[in-house]
Amino acid sequence: MFRMNSLLLAMSATAAMSFSQAACAAGDTDLSELREQLRQLKTQYEQRISALEQRLQQAETALGRGGETARSRPAAAEPSPPPAQPARSAANAFNPAMSLILNGTYARLSRDPAGYRINGFVPTGGEVAPPERSFSLGESELVLSASIDPNFRGRLIAAIAPDNSVGVEEGYIETLGLASGLTLKAGRFFSAVGYQNELHAHAWDFVDAPLAYKAFLGNQFADDGVQVKWVAPTDIYLDVGLELGRGRSFPGGSAAGRSRNGAASSTLFAHVGGDIGESTAWKLGLSHLRTSPQGRSYDDADASGTTVSNAFSGRSRLWALGGVLKWAPNGNATLTNLKLQGEYFRRREEGSLTYDTAAASLGTQTGSYASRQSGWYAQGVYQFMPQWRLGYRRDRLNSGASSLGLVDTGALGAANFPILEGYKPTRSTIMVDWSGSEFSRLRLQLAHDRSRNDAGDRQLFLQYIMSLGAHGAHAF
Amino acid sequence: MNLLWKCAAALMLMPVALQAWAINVLACEPEWAALVKELAGDKAVVFSATTALQNPHHIEARPSLIARVRNADLVVCTGAELEAGWLPLLLSQSGNARIQAGRPGYFEAAQFVTRLEIPERVDRSQGDVHAGGNPHIHTDPRNVAKVAAALADRLAQIDAANAAGYRSRTADFLDRWQAAVRKWEQQAAPLKGMAVVAHHREWTYLAAWLGMRQVGYLEPKPGVPPTPSHLAGLLQTLQRDPAGAVVYSPYNDPRAAGFLSQRARIPALLLPYTVGGSEGAKDLFSLFDDTLARLLSARPSAKPSANPS
Repeated sequence: MFRMNSLLLAMSATAAMSFSQAACAAGDTDLSELREQLRQLKTQYEQRISALEQRLQQAETALGRGGETARSRPAAAEPSPPPAQPARSAANAFNPAMSLILNGTYARLSRDPAGYRINGFVPTGGEVAPPERSFSLGESELVLSASIDPNFRGRLIAAIAPDNSVGVEEGYIETLGLASGLTLKAGRFFSAVGYQNELHAHAWDFVDAPLAYKAFLGNQFADDGVQVKWVAPTDIYLDVGLELGRGRSFPGGSAAGRSRNGAASSTLFAHVGGDIGESTAWKLGLSHLRTSPQGRSYDDADASGTTVSNAFSGRSRLWALGGVLKWAPNGNATLTNLKLQGEYFRRREEGSLTYDTAAASLGTQTGSYASRQSGWYAQGVYQFMPQWRLGYRRDRLNSGASSLGLVDTGALGAANFPILEGYKPTRSTIMVDWSGSEFSRLRLQLAHDRSRNDAGDRQLFLQYIMSLGAHGAHAF
Repeated sequence: MNLLWKCAAALMLMPVALQAWAINVLACEPEWAALVKELAGDKAVVFSATTALQNPHHIEARPSLIARVRNADLVVCTGAELEAGWLPLLLSQSGNARIQAGRPGYFEAAQFVTRLEIPERVDRSQGDVHAGGNPHIHTDPRNVAKVAAALADRLAQIDAANAAGYRSRTADFLDRWQAAVRKWEQQAAPLKGMAVVAHHREWTYLAAWLGMRQVGYLEPKPGVPPTPSHLAGLLQTLQRDPAGAVVYSPYNDPRAAGFLSQRARIPALLLPYTVGGSEGAKDLFSLFDDTLARLLSARPSAKPSANPS
């Protein structure tokens, strides 16, 4: 207590001195400078006093807990440290961690991205097309996250699109360790289907998503729902989990007026992972996504060349098997490291397909629809020297043969569904990137994209990805 | 039936029994794993998330580490944002309530020492600066003592049944440690005033302890790899203000230190940095023995009172 009193005395003495000095100072600017100094002095002393109080409290509790502690403390060589905590005012001390991701691209494409399609696959919406030609701003992501209380953590990722619209990419709450390895999550979040699906675009190793992600998950599957995950108490990493959601985006599909209380999408997933020696770490995952899209519509040009709207309703079942392996000499990734990643997808869809829902051409007709489709990608990224990485990716999809009731019964010709004609899209991509730090990355990517069955698209991308603010942590 | 019940009861109590046997501790860095071993002996099963060959700033949040955190009763880390890129993920993905930040099972060593190099202005144009100050606190052995005292309390809190054991082991450790610190301070007298160039700001606390001067860094900014132009500038600085050695740690790229060593004609010293960083650095005591021996090897002729610089 004595030390605190003397400190208070010292503080008031200093304050008094500062005031007398301030009285002598003539200019207004001098005065305001002095006031500023005084204010700083005051906050400094307030901090020191609160730190001292804290230490006093600690000392008291230590004494209260028993003589052992009290005896062991003086054994420490040095007197206790003066407070060294960074200054924060009470008003913003609890502000969530905030970070902002900025990215932009320059694209040079031999084919117009407006006409992009993946032949053989039901189109998944506009987002899967390559970035627009020439310069374009990517989505700017604003990330806010913090612990809510001892039980929950919250996170919001707002995506500001270049067309000035704002979307919620993720917004969820999560338990901070319930018990026995259980974690509950609720809100909108990237599903644990597949490996790359949970990674944010800025953490991808290439400018765009693998073709399999475009065709089977509409780039990335984020649903509104709940997730429960359990991590097993084993030395080898093992988790299993279940997600239930409303199936708001592809391969689900939002239909206006759809009203159901139950979940329209469900995901089951399991991961195993571990180390091989000190240099290698791996993770394997198997997941299954079930959705029941109602009126999932897409546009196609029918035999007469008229653009018609078709819609699928039924069941969609997707299996994803994938893994990642990371290698770095002695586990020190600073100099060189290698990352191998690959996933295989298999999807079955059964239900009905309605042709020309708006009756713009030959009139609305409905028939059965069934398809079995698959696809995979494999990629490797090698950091050959600090800051520089080189990567290669191979994509391949197999549309299989869709069975269309309307075509089989002869009601309509197959030429009315050109996009569903069997095809095996492929793509080869190479990229090189340079990272100035963990927070900045510049990338050059070249690709030959044969998603369309008529001619390949030769693509060149230049991209920057920068993150400002809080230091993010990236998942394995 | 009776036997069955006994078996069931034994199975249910097994985790409790195992816990009484030893607590699971995950240390983020080898120095804290070594300290837990000193203070807890066989009462704790300790695993270090990193080795001396790995840069603790840049670690992958590997599945194996999540599994370790999942089963940990105590996580002992440095804090001060050293592990900001991976530890938060390990904690949040583990589903383990015991070791979440703010719970007794989460221990941050940097909270218990006076941190140096706390930036007045936090801006990433200054490189990978830590708002909480320089996190490489254990290179000053007096900091290790402070952390040991706090860690002993924490161990006693988590595993109350063995509290007396932790306290007596800690008292014993601190006695031996104080004696060792006095010995090191005597041995290191010739190092006072010695100028060194460091790869990264890992040796700030060591330099402050021994009165050494850091006249430059191979990294142009913290966390930014050395560049030729920066090294050239550094060579010019060394012409004005010569250094006795260039020091680097096992996870630094040795080429930059080698380059400077050749051009400036000063020895390049690989310091173990942490336990396991060299053949000699087998525990905390031998870590400092070895570090000092390597530093002293660079000034064989220096007299204890020499070098007024």
